[in-house]
Amino acid sequence: MSNPYDGLADAGEEKHWAFGTGFTAALSDVDRVVPSSVDRDDLVAYCLMLGDDALVYSQRLAEWCSRAPELEEDVALANIALDLLGQARLLLTRAGEVEGAGRDEDALAYLRDERGFRNVRLVEIDCGPGEGGDFAATIARLLVFSAWRLALFQRLTESVDPVLAAVAAKGVKELAYHRDHAAQWTLRLAGGTAYSRERVIAGLARVWPYVDELFTPHPVETRLAAAVDPATLRSEVDGVLDTVFDAAGLERPDVEQIAPVAGKAGRDGVHTEAMGYLLAEMQHVARSMPGALW
Amino acid sequence: MDLEREFERVVAADHRIEPRDWMPEGYRKTLVRQIAQHAHSEIIGMQPEGDWISRAPSLRRKAILLAKVQDEAGHGLYLYAAAETLGADRDDLTARLVEGRQKYSSIFNYPTLTFADVGVIGWLVDGAAICNQVPLCRTSYGPYARAMIRICKEESFHQRQGYELLMTMMRGTRAQRDMVRDAVDRWWWPALMMFGPPDEESANTERSLAWRIKRHTNDELRQRFVDMSVPQAEKLGVTLPDPKLAWNAERGHYDFGEIDWAEFWRVVKGDGPCNAQRVAHRREAHEDGAWVREAAAAYAAMRERAA
Amino acid sequence: MSGSSWPLYEVFVRGKRGLNHVHVGSLHAPDDEMALRNARDLYTRRNEGVSIWVVRASAITASSPDEKDPFFAPSGDKVYRHPTFYDIPEDVPHL
Repeated sequence: MSNPYDGLADAGEEKHWAFGTGFTAALSDVDRVVPSSVDRDDLVAYCLMLGDDALVYSQRLAEWCSRAPELEEDVALANIALDLLGQARLLLTRAGEVEGAGRDEDALAYLRDERGFRNVRLVEIDCGPGEGGDFAATIARLLVFSAWRLALFQRLTESVDPVLAAVAAKGVKELAYHRDHAAQWTLRLAGGTAYSRERVIAGLARVWPYVDELFTPHPVETRLAAAVDPATLRSEVDGVLDTVFDAAGLERPDVEQIAPVAGKAGRDGVHTEAMGYLLAEMQHVARSMPGALW
Repeated sequence: MDLEREFERVVAADHRIEPRDWMPEGYRKTLVRQIAQHAHSEIIGMQPEGDWISRAPSLRRKAILLAKVQDEAGHGLYLYAAAETLGADRDDLTARLVEGRQKYSSIFNYPTLTFADVGVIGWLVDGAAICNQVPLCRTSYGPYARAMIRICKEESFHQRQGYELLMTMMRGTRAQRDMVRDAVDRWWWPALMMFGPPDEESANTERSLAWRIKRHTNDELRQRFVDMSVPQAEKLGVTLPDPKLAWNAERGHYDFGEIDWAEFWRVVKGDGPCNAQRVAHRREAHEDGAWVREAAAAYAAMRERAA
Repeated sequence: MSGSSWPLYEVFVRGKRGLNHVHVGSLHAPDDEMALRNARDLYTRRNEGVSIWVVRASAITASSPDEKDPFFAPSGDKVYRHPTFYDIPEDVPHL
């Protein structure tokens, strides 16, 4: 029986409306050979770092779905989560193919244990909705994360690894929009009501302890030829954030940074207590049915 | 009276009534009620599926599901906007929803218990919605018809992704096939109820047909849905949970068993498995967001004063 | 609560270069900048646009059906403005 939509869709327009044919097509014309100057193990680790940042953060942002302050914002936050999920899929796929052990994006997302995840801790903490935070904390994290990742991706467009450079080139446009969205909301919350101002100050204080970690290089990030050393991004990102804070009449939060655990943090696979719950939720269906097809 | 005759002439000629045209008060009220219920259904409908985004077992399924639930927010929004062209107000309609004064499709008062439910909702629930919605692209009120065209176009992937998920799961493990069958058993009858009460008990059908707000009766659409779904179920390799389901060559349609209308009315009246939970979730989101909406409005007002 | 409700905006999208902006729908936003961003998220999330206009619904002045005659009758009789007025043989190409 024919799909009753068929009569509605204009001929040849199918692709325009369809969704879910995969994201890899975006990079289909990119050379996937690893340059000889690039260490393969380090490249795998680096793709996991940047991929896990996006995957875990996307998981957190999607929690807002059906819970945003207004329908328009529900759509906006879902768009950002989808952009990041797309980045994660490209990066995990690259990690799997360079590793050469037969792991695809799903094996990496669903079958690694917590210690194998290399995301920064900023993306895994609970910033709401619910007990862990609220819309202001969510915007504060988005501002910090997107300002940092945009600066990183702008440099990464020059990476000697053609896949990383292509992922970055695609991501730069997305991240610029995310940063703008966060900055717009920061201005409105800071200049809105007394209550919203209080919330955005609290939100920034909630996420600020995780900021130094963003700029603390892991050895892989300093020695891999294809990588960007995050320490080199600090002044640029600080400048961007200060511009937003100045416009919003906010101060940079003055709070202690969260210490590493036994000298290790997110990039080493050492996470906060929130991470186990996040992964349990994300992975349990996939893990409870071995051999299943989805 | 010229106005009324002009209205009737436009409707009878299958042209569209537009927002600033004169229209009978009953037409306006019926439309506002129907469009609002439709909008509420999209918004409440985000919850049962949205609950599985965090647990989707592959990244591709996660992206599809998130995009689909996002679409539902957009569709609710288009429909609220259509209602607003008739003088309704989104805040007021939302208040009616969260206070239980306006209804939404009862299908969303059933729980989603496994990931197969995501597939079955796409296949059967979106399939039933398609049967309802495609004719509405020609409904007599212009803004509603245009919203429906956009919605139907965007939804073209919703049913397919559901059916594709189920086909994939049926090729998977035995446990997955059992999961699909269990989900089909739970959703089939509620999906049939989506078309509303039988024609003889449907209070508004006749007038809505005359005004061309509705284009087909509940029973006509239900029959069309059954006729579409049976061969799809066969292809999928699942048995629909109705022993009376059989091809009737004389009618040229499938016969099917009696719907449990007592259950239908029970769920409509608020006593389904998830009614209270769905409304509470929406109310909480709306109330939790109040300070954000207020802040943005205050900021805009402040800047307008400064300008 | 009514003090916090956001105004209604109408959204116009230019689908591709060379076309007019066309009304695609409405949304609520606290101000113009957010309206533009919301419009992008909502009405071009499948890439259906190259340019967006947003305008507050309250800023639009519309003709009313009661004024229909003086507004629309004059062009109604200038049928030569409509392509179908011209009787062209079927076998003339590209017209």
